[in-house]
Amino acid sequence: MKAAVIQFPGSNCDRDMKVALEQVMGAKTLLHWHGDADLAKDIEFIAIPGGFSYGDYLRSGAMAARSPVMKAIIAASNRGVPILGVCNGFQILTESGLLPGALMRNASQNFICRDVQLRVNKDTLFTKGYADDEIISIPIAHHDGNYFADEATIKTLEDSGRIAFRYAEDVNGSIANIAGIINKAGNVLGMMPHPERAVDSKHGGIDGQKLFHSLVKELI
Amino acid sequence: MKIRVFVTLKNGVLDPQGKAIHHALEGLGFDGVSDVRAGRLIELDVDENVRDEDVQDMCKKLLANTVIENFEIERN
Repeated sequence: MKAAVIQFPGSNCDRDMKVALEQVMGAKTLLHWHGDADLAKDIEFIAIPGGFSYGDYLRSGAMAARSPVMKAIIAASNRGVPILGVCNGFQILTESGLLPGALMRNASQNFICRDVQLRVNKDTLFTKGYADDEIISIPIAHHDGNYFADEATIKTLEDSGRIAFRYAEDVNGSIANIAGIINKAGNVLGMMPHPERAVDSKHGGIDGQKLFHSLVKELI
Repeated sequence: MKIRVFVTLKNGVLDPQGKAIHHALEGLGFDGVSDVRAGRLIELDVDENVRDEDVQDMCKKLLANTVIENFEIERN
């Protein structure tokens, strides 16, 4: 299986993501520079990593969402290729329109960096390996993770089971404690917590492994 | 020609930054401020042939995130 991790200027979780994809999924993983508009057609999984692309200029993820590679990513999404955006990757996915809503400054105004408890909805491509309502512990590290969308959008997400992860308690002000959502087709997941930082016992936890295992089962 | 684009948070969207500014103003002893909302001013230097529709397009595609923000365009 072949995967790509997209690198923007200011990405800083790209190498961690690559290691996770290689070690947990056994994927042949290439790092793809955002300025290269051609993304190999045989890529079976795309990860948009965390970081501070373009120094969070204008809005977090706003500049990256308009970079040359995004057209290829949108085309891949339309072909059904699974796409995972973590942290800044989630912000880029909302800014590009691949996912609804927006990620605003944390309600506390603080950068929050700690492990959080998440409640999993197992009925998505990315979470099949978990038990329903399983509580898992995954690290977060963000300033802009406060998920916002209008009432109609939140209702649609709730009614169609598109909230993949919720914080077990209020962490950053997100509506409905939303930590991660999928798109309508189900092949794009954006989440603020970092599953790639919880895949090795030396990380302090391995609760992120099942996310990558779920994808392997789906793709092979 | 100079164009100024004012980007502001929509009504109903929580503005933690505005709240923090409000709190700081109170701390400095300024009374009588009932709310603070913070936004962004973007100045563009454009050719005469850039139309209003073009600037609208710039706002919708990049300068503002219309999920959470409104924009106003001022030409002079």
